[in-house]
Amino acid sequence: MTIAVASGKGGTGKTTVAVSLALSLEGSVVLMDCDVEAPNSHIFLHPIIAGEENVYISVPRIDESKCNGCGECSEICQFNAIVVPKNKPLLFLELCHGCGGCAMVCPKGAISEEKRKIGVVEEGWGMGIHSIHGSLSVGEPISPPIIKKIKQKQNTGETVIIDSPPGTTCPAVESVRGSDYAILVAEPTPFGLNDLILSVEMVKKLAIPCGVVLNRWDDERTIIEDYCLNEGIPIFLKIPEDRKIAEAYSRGVALIDVIPELTTAFRELIGRIKKELSSQTGKVEPSCTNLL
Amino acid sequence: MKIVVTSEGETLDDSIDPRFGRAGKFILYNTETKEVQAVDNSESLNAAHGAGIKAAETVSRLGVEVVITGNCGPKALSALEAAGIVVYTGVTGTVRKAIEALESGRLSSGHSDEIEGSRR
Repeated sequence: MTIAVASGKGGTGKTTVAVSLALSLEGSVVLMDCDVEAPNSHIFLHPIIAGEENVYISVPRIDESKCNGCGECSEICQFNAIVVPKNKPLLFLELCHGCGGCAMVCPKGAISEEKRKIGVVEEGWGMGIHSIHGSLSVGEPISPPIIKKIKQKQNTGETVIIDSPPGTTCPAVESVRGSDYAILVAEPTPFGLNDLILSVEMVKKLAIPCGVVLNRWDDERTIIEDYCLNEGIPIFLKIPEDRKIAEAYSRGVALIDVIPELTTAFRELIGRIKKELSSQTGKVEPSCTNLL
Repeated sequence: MKIVVTSEGETLDDSIDPRFGRAGKFILYNTETKEVQAVDNSESLNAAHGAGIKAAETVSRLGVEVVITGNCGPKALSALEAAGIVVYTGVTGTVRKAIEALESGRLSSGHSDEIEGSRR
């Protein structure tokens, strides 16, 4: 079973929930930190790193002696990573998504492909959890290839918890895609609600059922609860606004180590998700497949 | 010599568009024939990424030697330089004033404060 922990807004508590969820579960668990621009779940698990693998994308290399300056490569590039001003090609490799289109259309065979490193994936074990995280190299803008590499590293029989990046763009879609269930972590603020709505739309498009964990909850701010009630989205857990949680987080201590009774709550949460999933008839194919 | 000035409209009396990559229009001006032409930049305007690079390619294919604009990003600048185009940035006011300043040698490469006109 694969469960993605996601949110539209950043800083709502995805890592807090993902780490404590992973620690609460019985059996073999892998926590995949797919927030490769700022991975942090390993800070809580203290894994001993057993292996690392570089992640590359294929980028064009141009043999200028063969190039006739026709500009076909520039024409096909959707990201303007290759342009031909004044009959001479110019590359902006950090914009290249590695599709290989330019090499394919070049009538002179002047373009070959070479590998370019964009980041690294590290894996290890900490606190009984198989921990995998990726890091995008500084200055690199394209993270989905690293997320894909992380997701390939699952061992058979493991329950997968994915700590997703915030937002609803390519990195978030790539992280959540293919999961059995999405836990959306939300905070009761107007921004929190706005971005929760965007996340709900994203997982709907990916045909992934979802439920909410409400963080920084208090009695007075009910905008998330009102929305979920209206939309029929279950709220699994309400984590109270509590300074000691934030203090523990800043020291790299997991939520369930501060409030141990939440361990039961997280186990019940998984139980409810399993029940909800088993009552469904077959998995629906995602309606959105053309995203990088 | 052909030059391009980024413009918010299609005439010489429109204001210089401060953005290069996502400029509304390019005013193409021929200093010998005094011919004026408004060139579309919608492909770059609508590009999700690399608008400045695309715009630099568009401009270089027009065969211009000079670009006058407000701001130009580093990628666009390197593409323009690769095409051998001289770039004047920090220029404000109308397109007409900018061309006059260039022709009378009052523009200096990099920036110019000598152009009068309405600042945005």
